[in-house]
Amino acid sequence: MSILEVKGVNKRFGGLQALGDVNLSVQEKTVHAIIGPNGAGKSTLLNCLVGKLIPDTGSVMFDGQSVLGRTPFEINQMGISRVFQTPEIFGDLTVMENMMIPCFAKRDGSFEMNAWGSVGSQKDIVEHAEEVLEDMNMADKRNMMASSMSRGDKRRLEIGMCLAQEPRLLLLDEPTAGMARADTNNTIDLLKEIKDTRDITIAIIEHDMHVVFSLAERITVLAQGTPLVEDVPDNIKGNPKVREAYLGEAQV
Amino acid sequence: MFGLNGKDTLLLVAVALLVAFAPILMNPFPQGSALEIFNGGYPALMQRFVIFGIFAVGFNILFGLTGYLSFGHAAFLGAGSYAAMWMMKLLTINVIPALIFSVIIAGIISLAIGYVSLRRSGIYFSILTLAFAQMAFQLAQSVLQPITGGETGLQTNLNDPRILPQFLGGGSNVDGNIPKPSLFGLEMSSTYDLVMGPWTFVFNWGYYISGLMLLIALYISIRIFRSPFGMMLRSIKSNQQRLNYTGLNSRPYMLTAFVISGMYAGLAGGLLVAMDPQVGTERMQWTASGEVVLMTILGGVGTLIGPILGASVIKYIEDIFSKFNDTVLNIWFDFLPDGIVQDGFVWAISLFTGKQWHLASGVIFMLVIIFLPGGLVSLTKSIGDRVRRKPARDANDASTTPAE
Repeated sequence: MSILEVKGVNKRFGGLQALGDVNLSVQEKTVHAIIGPNGAGKSTLLNCLVGKLIPDTGSVMFDGQSVLGRTPFEINQMGISRVFQTPEIFGDLTVMENMMIPCFAKRDGSFEMNAWGSVGSQKDIVEHAEEVLEDMNMADKRNMMASSMSRGDKRRLEIGMCLAQEPRLLLLDEPTAGMARADTNNTIDLLKEIKDTRDITIAIIEHDMHVVFSLAERITVLAQGTPLVEDVPDNIKGNPKVREAYLGEAQV
Repeated sequence: MFGLNGKDTLLLVAVALLVAFAPILMNPFPQGSALEIFNGGYPALMQRFVIFGIFAVGFNILFGLTGYLSFGHAAFLGAGSYAAMWMMKLLTINVIPALIFSVIIAGIISLAIGYVSLRRSGIYFSILTLAFAQMAFQLAQSVLQPITGGETGLQTNLNDPRILPQFLGGGSNVDGNIPKPSLFGLEMSSTYDLVMGPWTFVFNWGYYISGLMLLIALYISIRIFRSPFGMMLRSIKSNQQRLNYTGLNSRPYMLTAFVISGMYAGLAGGLLVAMDPQVGTERMQWTASGEVVLMTILGGVGTLIGPILGASVIKYIEDIFSKFNDTVLNIWFDFLPDGIVQDGFVWAISLFTGKQWHLASGVIFMLVIIFLPGGLVSLTKSIGDRVRRKPARDANDASTTPAE
């Protein structure tokens, strides 16, 4: 069953057709990768899914409901969590506080006036946050300022914050961009573990083929704003159209 | 105690003791001595320490936690003053209804201004709040003259049509034609002078009422700082984008913080009128909005005690430095050789005193910003670190951790 249905989405920035008639269907509980050369429209597509951009035409359905016209926090409350290209965390807060915020969002919804009791008195939130920190192997860093961690740890924290909300769909925007090889491999291992242990659908936008082929069960190749081909990884590897899209420019 | 952790309780108790003993602590120099002029322990000044402390503590809930810099809080201060004034004119001279009404009116106005201003962030938010405050100021001077009294302002009068002239013990004592605001018959202006040799300590009832209000205001502020709500506000300052993509709507959080800080400003405005029953439009001028920004930054943005410290320092400089004149300065520098040396010193110092006290506060503000970016609060921290022979902590640390 497909959890995310993108149908006939077009997005134009002035004279540039960023997305042209994109159709995409992400099956529940799979890892679906969206790849493509620079400027293929991967990020534009992702921004249309999370409410940052509104497509000119077309529809985006999540679990039978349209996400178009909803704000990012509403879409998140529907069950879509997003990991950014550069880790977006609360740098001035401790790791524990970072983890507690999504727990509050999960429990209380988008706004709750909770101004009298101390943060520590919210026992269920503290427990939940600590549990996720344990899962992420970050319990020892709980009192660190989030901004003082390494990039790999920030990424790990961000993924943990998304998981704390128990989303149905996790969107990853180039999660290993700019990472050292070791951090990249750690992130791949983490994502594999998440895929194996949780009931979750993952859609991943990625440049790095190593990451894509170690994780994805299905791949959509995007070129010049249009899906070129969608298939399982083994068929994508040998596909001449994909080679052309990626290497055609490089041979010039 | 009161649902606070040990450190916060200690802080609250320390502030309570300072407020209680300020009339003595602020009067260290005996009468007749050369340094008497530095004594700040008289009611009019101490009242302003605590009232502007309340103003700054409230402002800090918005600016310190969320990082949204409002340049329009004078509008709420003024609104609170006018609201309290009208309550005293029309209902009773008792300060309780006046203060409640000033908080409500300031809350309503800040809700309206905040609702519109919070559609933008950063510099655009600041400009919007400034624009609204200037509009409020202009309205007070022109269209709303029947309510505000225009440039002449308002003051309580014996002939005001009070519905309940004797309500709750109010309205009995008169100063000329002006009834004295009171709390159940206890006048705000009533004082007790304690004479101890060359020292005279003045204990003023109005000051202690204001001081109690400051403690309540600080207590509420501490609870907000430590609450999930406060954590959300800090997360807005840290990364609003992440907050929105974590399923939380930052708008109502911001608006609540804005209204709370507006209500603090309203309370401060109400107290100003309760202490001295007169108000003019200058209270709503943009300089008053800028002043509370300076107070907060001078003391320490995002810290609990900083805003109170900053407010006290600025009000102290305003009052004390503006009292210095050439005569006073000449007495001080009498030990210098007469003629050009003494005159030179007097001239140099007089640039920063008297009417030019703003120059002195400007210099102090500059020094603090350059050498103590975390505000005056970080001074105690860096001294403490030095005493314990630890390396001084990163200055950013003080501005981001809402400790102290």
